[in-house]
Amino acid sequence: METYYKLDQLARFGEIAEGNKALADAFFSYYGKVFEDGALTAREKSLIALAVAHTIQCPYCIDAYTSDSLQKGADLEQMTEAVHVATAIRGGASLVHGIQMLDQVREKMM
Amino acid sequence: MSQDTQPLVSLPIIDNGGDGAMVDVEGPRAATSMRYRRAPLATPEEQFRVLNRVEISVGPTRTGSFEADLEAAGWPVLQPAQLDIFQINVGKLCNMTCRHCHVDSGPDRVDENMDRETVEACLRAIDLSGAKIVDLTGGAPELNPHFEYLVDACVQRGLHVMDRCNLTILTTRRYQHLPQWFAERGVEVICSLPHYRKLNTDAQRGKGTYEKSLEALRALNEAGYGKGDPRLQLTLVTNPVGAYLAGNQASLEAEWKAALARNHGVYFDKLLALNNMPMSRYLEWLEQKGQTAHYLSELVQAFNPGTIAGLMCRNTLSVSWDGYLYDCDFNQQLDMKMDLPAGLRPHVRDFDLTAWQQHIVRTERHCYGCTAGAGSGCGGAIA
Repeated sequence: METYYKLDQLARFGEIAEGNKALADAFFSYYGKVFEDGALTAREKSLIALAVAHTIQCPYCIDAYTSDSLQKGADLEQMTEAVHVATAIRGGASLVHGIQMLDQVREKMM
Repeated sequence: MSQDTQPLVSLPIIDNGGDGAMVDVEGPRAATSMRYRRAPLATPEEQFRVLNRVEISVGPTRTGSFEADLEAAGWPVLQPAQLDIFQINVGKLCNMTCRHCHVDSGPDRVDENMDRETVEACLRAIDLSGAKIVDLTGGAPELNPHFEYLVDACVQRGLHVMDRCNLTILTTRRYQHLPQWFAERGVEVICSLPHYRKLNTDAQRGKGTYEKSLEALRALNEAGYGKGDPRLQLTLVTNPVGAYLAGNQASLEAEWKAALARNHGVYFDKLLALNNMPMSRYLEWLEQKGQTAHYLSELVQAFNPGTIAGLMCRNTLSVSWDGYLYDCDFNQQLDMKMDLPAGLRPHVRDFDLTAWQQHIVRTERHCYGCTAGAGSGCGGAIA
């Protein structure tokens, strides 16, 4: 394998059924239902997916949910805010561990 | 999503139907017309060449032949059903110049406007056609000097009239009376608003469009439109502001309604989500972005046989400013005149309902725009 990520792989996602069709069918059926309009709108769900995609830094997901967010009626300003939500949580997750550091420092230092 | 800093411009003065009145009409512009720039892509031949050179390996027959894919879906010939809608493109003149316009409309297109004689010929053909709906489009149809005469003549015949309105025209001095005028006649107003927020709306239609559109929507609301009265229907139309397919119409309608009500106290009845046809200025934009092949493939891949029965070419007839007949407004802009049996001239003066019923609809690759996904027509999603 020359590279780990290939452009055509996202479009070929369905081929994952080759090894186990029942599980793939169950997954894609569940996946489709998750993103339907519900208590959250399809656009809101797509923006959450876009934020998660940036958190897990999945290039397939970023590609897919950039298009999907636009198609579901989001614009660049909304999408950028979603990415900042991911960024804030991710940064905050590091920073809040600083309290662990701080407590330990207080224990050990005069 | 390139930003265009071109300022608002005044429309060249319009001759107002011989009564001597002259008007300046302002409008936002996101582009200039291809014809004005003498762009090669302004000709149908060049548009077909650009579309047909794309290699297609998806869709029912994997050929990218619309006819072959229709046949594979069980439609060896595409023929009309019942003539419900008589659509008239009264002219290419527009106060705006949107980036995606399939008509290549703009303020420079002053010459291609329907004259009174052709309007009268349309009315005679409407009487023969049995159509109950008259759909007026353009350009900005309101800029045609015979627009109000035509609307009144149709309303007097008891027909349902639809005006495909760009909204901003309703904010100009000469046309501010129209919301009330429409309301008095029960004209359905079908307005372009690509997005419920400013960024995408102005990117597609030109700076300042969003604010003017809201102003026009408020005027329509004040005239009684958009509040659920079946006589005063306010319909919005959204086209994708980029190289992707229209989203789910019902889902988008709920988003648009909630956002416009919450943010602006503006109301409407219905949202139509239409695909962009790969032609004219939208095709030019695709070419500039290097997205033509990708977009066309996406349309073909999304070919949905369930849309064919409801295609607008099966219940709609399209007349151009100079009276010629077409299967739809897209074919009209690609100069694909209606192919009538026995060599009958496809002109509104020679309209014959039986000939229309027997004719075969002309198709090319742009037609994949109407059959993709949930389908797309002047009446919105199909399937």
